[in-house]
Amino acid sequence: MKMMRRNLLGALAALPMLATLPGAVSAQDKIVIGEINSYTRLPAFTEPYKKGWELAVEQINKAGGVDGKQLEVISRDDTGDPATAIRIAEELTSKDGAVLLFGTFLSNIGLAVSDFAKQKQVLFLASEPLTDALVWSKGNKYTYRLRPSTHMQAAMLAEQAAKLGKKKWATVAPNYAYGKDAVKAFKEELTKLQPDVEFVGEQWPPVFKIDAGSTVRALEQMKPDAIYNVTFGGDLAKFVREGSLRLLFEDRAVVSLLSGEPEYFDPLGAEAPEGWIVTGYPAADIKTPEHEAFVKAYMERWGEMPKTGSIVGYNSILSIKAALEKAGSTDTDALLAAMSGLEVSSSPTGPFMYRAADHQSTMGAYVGKTTVADGKPKMVDWTYEDGADYLPSEAEAAKLRPAE
Amino acid sequence: MGFYFAQLLTGLANASSLFLIACGLSIIFGVTRIVNFAHGSFYMVGAYLAYTIVTHLSGGIFGFWFGVVAAALIVGVLGLLVEVLILRRIYRAPELFQLVATFGVVLIVQDATLAIWGAEDLLGPRAPGLASAVRIFGEPIPQYDLALIVIGPLVLGAIWLLFHRTRWGVLVRAATQDRDMVDALGVNQAWLFSGVFVLGSALAGLGGALQIPREAASLQMDLSVIGEAFVVVVIGGMGSVAGAFVAAVLISVLNAFAILVFPQISIVLPFVVMAIVLIVRPYGLFGTAGSADGAAAAPDQPLRLLSPQAAMVMAALVLALALAPAVLSTFTSILLVDVMVATLFAVSLHFMMGLGGMVSFGHAAYFGVGAYAAAMAVKFAGFPMVPAMAMGPLAGAAAALFFGWFCVRLSGVYLAMLTLAAAQILWGITFQWGDFTGGDDGILGIWPAAWASDDRVYFYVAFVLCIGGIFFLRRVAHSPFGYGLRGVRDSAVRAEALGMNVKFHQWMGFTLAGAVAGLAGSVFAFSKGSVFPDVLGITQSVDGLIMVLLGGIHALIGPILGAGAFVLIEDWVSRLEYWRFIFGGLILVVVLLAPDGIAGGIERLTRALGWKRAEDRT
Repeated sequence: MKMMRRNLLGALAALPMLATLPGAVSAQDKIVIGEINSYTRLPAFTEPYKKGWELAVEQINKAGGVDGKQLEVISRDDTGDPATAIRIAEELTSKDGAVLLFGTFLSNIGLAVSDFAKQKQVLFLASEPLTDALVWSKGNKYTYRLRPSTHMQAAMLAEQAAKLGKKKWATVAPNYAYGKDAVKAFKEELTKLQPDVEFVGEQWPPVFKIDAGSTVRALEQMKPDAIYNVTFGGDLAKFVREGSLRLLFEDRAVVSLLSGEPEYFDPLGAEAPEGWIVTGYPAADIKTPEHEAFVKAYMERWGEMPKTGSIVGYNSILSIKAALEKAGSTDTDALLAAMSGLEVSSSPTGPFMYRAADHQSTMGAYVGKTTVADGKPKMVDWTYEDGADYLPSEAEAAKLRPAE
Repeated sequence: MGFYFAQLLTGLANASSLFLIACGLSIIFGVTRIVNFAHGSFYMVGAYLAYTIVTHLSGGIFGFWFGVVAAALIVGVLGLLVEVLILRRIYRAPELFQLVATFGVVLIVQDATLAIWGAEDLLGPRAPGLASAVRIFGEPIPQYDLALIVIGPLVLGAIWLLFHRTRWGVLVRAATQDRDMVDALGVNQAWLFSGVFVLGSALAGLGGALQIPREAASLQMDLSVIGEAFVVVVIGGMGSVAGAFVAAVLISVLNAFAILVFPQISIVLPFVVMAIVLIVRPYGLFGTAGSADGAAAAPDQPLRLLSPQAAMVMAALVLALALAPAVLSTFTSILLVDVMVATLFAVSLHFMMGLGGMVSFGHAAYFGVGAYAAAMAVKFAGFPMVPAMAMGPLAGAAAALFFGWFCVRLSGVYLAMLTLAAAQILWGITFQWGDFTGGDDGILGIWPAAWASDDRVYFYVAFVLCIGGIFFLRRVAHSPFGYGLRGVRDSAVRAEALGMNVKFHQWMGFTLAGAVAGLAGSVFAFSKGSVFPDVLGITQSVDGLIMVLLGGIHALIGPILGAGAFVLIEDWVSRLEYWRFIFGGLILVVVLLAPDGIAGGIERLTRALGWKRAEDRT
């Protein structure tokens, strides 16, 4: 209690100081980068993500930094609220002297920060948010995105789904923009590849509040040949358990977005479904030299296997390093010029680049099947799908963006 | 046929889960009048504890059920700690002040759970012996669902026996009906309250523990369950255990069938049902008028105009605020805009709660409608900034005029819950109607006009509107209308005898508060450049309540202090690791040190220091 009271007094005493804190501390020997993410809202993803970017920053600084300057990342928690994210973005750029921003998980926060970046003319690298709008319908000059978008991942799955030759499909997705985009993209892509496909019904449970039993029964009633699933996190665990109890997955193919990501896959333990086609990250089995070096360094630093978030965090910093080096300056115009067509020649997941036409990176995803080995979930028969193969041509993509 | 029967059983199994969590909440409210936000946290902790115990014991059927019961008991002890250490000290505080305290507990439990169990979801084992499905009419039904269908009514029966066949239970029922009478009979209320809190918490823990064969223990469990649990309690009638059971069955079964027809309905269904029930049966299915009101509050002191000295101090503060951008950094101006917006929102809520006696759990609805109206005026009609901002208060007033007509017919917690239902329904519309509102991708690009795009210039725009709005509501509070509103709050019967149209007066007060909240919303929209459905969300409403209650409900200055403290402390503390723990702790400290809010605390402090004579208050 005494401690608490001291905290309170400290807090109150610190308030007037907020006003008097000096502005940007622009030491000559460091480059300040602003980072925003939903740390308290989604720790399951953002903790590994933070470990990923911290590792990259440490490695770069140890190797002498960027052009002799050390990287300093100021990281803040947006608490899952877009308005808070905007306020933090203001502070990072106007007070802390951040030369660029990166991060964000939720699509709406990604969009809010992207709009802020456009208004205040500062570079924003959206690490994780998957919404297509970020680079297409609401794309802007100042925003780039690292991860393969909803559309790209849905297209990778649609390609595999078409090979199954199943005719009647049902879909289940969380009831918000991400779920809706993921279903729409999958329907479009699968119909292109398999014109006789029929979608017999859909379920839209509220995100993180799925009533799994009823949802499973509703899907069962549609009598589909195959199911496309977009639920994740706690919803996925409930859905898998109730679905297998009620024999929903018997003799049915299931194609499932993100379900192979360790964040969502590992908690399923021995109950992980068998034979689902998923996008994900089979960290232990990727045997490229770059990836093995990454896993080794990550294990040494954090004592655990990397997750999808770790890759996203790590590759974000690699991208920023490449951009700073190419720009040779921390000036926004120079950074923007550098980001356009920027190539990251080596990363744990292989080389990728940022397309000039729509600001989307070509980083790909791993597509494979689920199984259980030694009581643990595992991805098998996987391949790395290059993001570039699932994007519209640059000319078409440019048409999807608003004129600047 | 078999299919529909199976769907019914699925609904009933869900109903049992929902009943277990809701009945504890209902019992706690019935006796202690505490709107216990931390109930969801007890549920979450129950699930985590059961996971840990069951996976460590791995003792088959016995181990599983032992784990479930042990988890419930431990959560009961946790409830006892919360009651004795925190709530017992503030029963005498203004109604709903305990709500703020329990919200502090929610924050602390969230971070403590993260620290103890880690971020990853924990999927427990299936229940031994009940791990598969049986076929009924050819449809597979999980055995565990059948067990839950039995457990719900068993718990209901046990509680009935406890309340009707034991002396303790009779006292609890008596306290639900009339607390003062029980007190007069010489019953030790403190221990009665503690006992009830332990029982309620243990039931929440049991509900959580019983979930582990159905879902992974996760950090989202607390908040995702609490809203629905409140809805069940209100539909059933607060304090009624049987009502909670019927309501849980009603909602779960309706949902199980409704998603066959409207797959997207579950997002708002409980709130629509609640709104309909409250409009038809204002005290819930099994509630009575008596269960609507909280602790009888002493009538408030009459409001006084500021003394000349105090008015000068206020004027100096406003002047200092006006000069702030000239001397402070850009970011401080931005932060001060947030403070002013929060203050205006809190003042409008205080106008409804403090002066009108109408507690709102959904005040964000009008804030959000105002923000959206301003944003849409820009996006669809191409309005420039100033006329677009004018749409905010108009839309807020229109929405409040509509929902207020239904809400003012109720009182106390039922009124609060109907405002929540209204907010949730509006939120659902905003969220779902993507073509019109942008769905959860929101509306972007609502930045101030070129002349106001400098942060300091926009500060003055916000300054004029927010300070103007606050000043306006203060004037209204001291006008005949404001006095009338307080008359209605303190004694509706007398006000009516004086010839006042009570409901109309409240309705207009509601609308005015909605209009000002809408103004706050439009200032907010342009300061952030975008709006998202979060602005209408429960969190926003709860933040407003905390600001008002933290500041002190009995003073006009209260919401101003509360909002300022809330925004600044949150901004500062969210830089730290485990900030929710610290923030929750700070809330508890304020609650315990100043049970009448910051304003009340300052008042007592100044009197204790002899700066203000005691008779000033009388």
